[in-house]
Amino acid sequence: MADAHAKPQHDYHIIAPSPWPALASLGALILAIGGVAWMQALKGGSLNLFGLDFASANFWIFAIGMVIILYVMYAWWSDTIKEGKEGHHTPVVSLHLRYGMIMFIASEVMFFVAWFWAFFDASLFPGEVQQVARAEFTGGVWPPKGIEVLDPWHLPLYNTVILLLSGTTVTWAHHALLHGDRKGLINGLALTVGLGVLFSFVQAYEYMHAPFTFHDSIYGATFFMSTGFHGFHVIVGTIFLLVCLFRAMGGDFSPRHHFGFEAAAWYWHFVDVVWLFLFASIYVWASFGATIAEGH
Amino acid sequence: MAGAAVHDHDDHKPKGWVRWVYSTNHKDIGTLYLIFAIIAGILGGFLSVMMRWELAEPGIQIFHGLASMVYGVDGDAAIDAGKSMFNAFTTAHGLVMIFFMVMPALIGGFANWMVPIMIGAPDMAFPRMNNISFWLLPPAFILLILSAFVPSAPGAHGVGGGWTIYPPMSTSGQPGPAMDLAILSLHIAGASSILGAINFITTIFNMRAPGMTLHKMPLFAWSVLITAFLLLLSLPVLAGGITMLLTDRNFGTTFFAPEGGGDPILFQHLFWFFGHPEVYILILPGFGIVSHIVSTFSRKPVFGYLGMAYAMVAIGAVGFVVWAHHMYTTGLSLNTQRYFVFATMVIAVPTGVKIFSWIATMWGGSISMRTPMLWAIGFIFLFTVGGVTGVQLANAGLDRALHDTYYVVAHFHYVLSLGAVFAIFAAWYYWFPKMTGYMYSSLIARAHFWVTFVGVNLVFFPQHFLGLAGMPRRYIDYPDAFAGWNMVSSYGSYISAFGVLIFLFGVFEAFSKKRIAGANPWGEGATTLEWQLSSPPPYHQWEQLPKIK
Repeated sequence: MADAHAKPQHDYHIIAPSPWPALASLGALILAIGGVAWMQALKGGSLNLFGLDFASANFWIFAIGMVIILYVMYAWWSDTIKEGKEGHHTPVVSLHLRYGMIMFIASEVMFFVAWFWAFFDASLFPGEVQQVARAEFTGGVWPPKGIEVLDPWHLPLYNTVILLLSGTTVTWAHHALLHGDRKGLINGLALTVGLGVLFSFVQAYEYMHAPFTFHDSIYGATFFMSTGFHGFHVIVGTIFLLVCLFRAMGGDFSPRHHFGFEAAAWYWHFVDVVWLFLFASIYVWASFGATIAEGH
Repeated sequence: MAGAAVHDHDDHKPKGWVRWVYSTNHKDIGTLYLIFAIIAGILGGFLSVMMRWELAEPGIQIFHGLASMVYGVDGDAAIDAGKSMFNAFTTAHGLVMIFFMVMPALIGGFANWMVPIMIGAPDMAFPRMNNISFWLLPPAFILLILSAFVPSAPGAHGVGGGWTIYPPMSTSGQPGPAMDLAILSLHIAGASSILGAINFITTIFNMRAPGMTLHKMPLFAWSVLITAFLLLLSLPVLAGGITMLLTDRNFGTTFFAPEGGGDPILFQHLFWFFGHPEVYILILPGFGIVSHIVSTFSRKPVFGYLGMAYAMVAIGAVGFVVWAHHMYTTGLSLNTQRYFVFATMVIAVPTGVKIFSWIATMWGGSISMRTPMLWAIGFIFLFTVGGVTGVQLANAGLDRALHDTYYVVAHFHYVLSLGAVFAIFAAWYYWFPKMTGYMYSSLIARAHFWVTFVGVNLVFFPQHFLGLAGMPRRYIDYPDAFAGWNMVSSYGSYISAFGVLIFLFGVFEAFSKKRIAGANPWGEGATTLEWQLSSPPPYHQWEQLPKIK
């Protein structure tokens, strides 16, 4: 250790200084102020800060924040991929990434716990005696009186099959990758992305034809917010897989070193499992004894 | 290791503002967190002194004047605005102290600085992500501060209704943008903490030095590991709950509106499923710090090391299943209340293990009453007071009378403001020489301790009496019968504020006198790895990983 600039005797990755965290935070601030301004503008309100009404420029503030965040995501992950290619992702660093992804998914699971909690609070206890106003609204039953629900064995079942199938195609891609079969990897990934897009389209179609609304009813609130956040995660997962597809076509990933792909696959399976819980509880279980809307 | 001590301090260190804004160095990021926590603590403290000034006597003392100064209203409007402003102050004081002072100081500051060093790691597992954990805090803090200057309820500014932001007060009760700004502030602060938690768990699991098994790991690292798990699993539930607030407020959902089939109590469940682990998040790192200090200044290893570690695991695990003891008065069924009484009281067992083990560590030790030890013993004494009142409040029957009174305020300030904050100052005086290389004036540091000790006890001990007499919390005024102890409490607040000035002067004095502290100013009792490095440690430590026998 006499030489102050000796190479460190460990396999950890000491990362060079980076502008992205601070820039992302600036983006988050702008995005949040734009978001509040936008929400106020929707209600006809205002957001006066320092004598300026931010609500009048709400969309542009929000958009600038969003552009900064998206750019940072692109630049930051580009750096990560570049560092991986430069050999910084030693076995122990790769293990870090695995731990990180597992715990990120664990926190996402807990986020969905909140939405399931809201759903079961309403669906298991629609008629508690001390909650007079709620019991009056729901009629003491779930789904609340007057609500017609979607037929779970129609488009929701179709979407379940799509997602389960996409789980097998992503596994096909993974096995192809492990065996050095790039064509199989690309085909499997392309199919998975296609199925993800199909799911989102079917979900959008279902939303547009739903017999209940987002507003003014706990049924619509729990349904659209929980399936909506799931849908958002499907879109994120699809983009993640699409990036992997482009990287695979560009020659990235080796049979031994492909954590980016694995993270995308883990995330995709997580999205898949959340859907199974949504399907079983919100679509199937809550439809027992309910009026199924015609044409669904 | 001797080599590490003479290591060049300047290798690869970026210059100027880039070093701080672009940082990927756990020690620099820890320093940023500590500076941030001091700034936020001064603001949060200012809010509390204003409230105590107001409450020193019955009637409205200062807030009508403050309101007319800040919001430009006069006459009766100023009195109404002042009352709202007081509510905004209680809310902001809680949020600032929890999210922007205690958590950044203990987890972002001291854990960032010391956990990698203590486990023999060169840095955190995700050094760049570490920096976004810090840099997300200033925007969150700015959003919360901005919320004070925009409308909330008609005729009022700033978020009122307390840090728990229960609906309908936080939905239809305050339609203005202030609440939306505060909610997004919590979202961003939460994201910061979740990323930090992922970083700490990965670091502690994967980067321990060769030979350092989990059962040989210092207790501070244990405490941060458990804290990180609580953050990781509880914060996303809060994020979901406050997202529901946001859509109820702005997009017409009815999660918390009974007239649309919703349930305001649902928010309390979601909030406290986060909120109760949160109080252990605030105190567990303090447990770790106090264990190190008690051991160092008793020149003995911690008594019952494994018991201490697993007591924290037990507190963390049970902490997830006691949340509804904050909700005894909401109409929970009797059986539900029974369960939560029992589960809550169980937590006293592992907590007792910790208190008795600290005492047993001191027992027969060669105790030296240096400054950090004063704060640590103060912590043990005062935290126990808060713990005992906690066991009382765990009883649903008793809580029916004491809920939302100053007794509860006294209880949680004894565990936080006299527990967590004493742990922060204990850590500050324990590690300041290590972090800066300079020794502070022991005289000033002791003056800080004694003034603070007297001050905070004067603030909070009389609040037990006020609460038992029935004084409710979160009101700007009270009947004359409560005047006496309120006056005492307010004087205590001024004394505590004077203590903060002594603290700041002590920091200034230490940096101007530049007394060299040396690698280990505490002697042979200080056995953890940070004392084997120079003070301050090299920019990148442990380039040669230490071997643990």
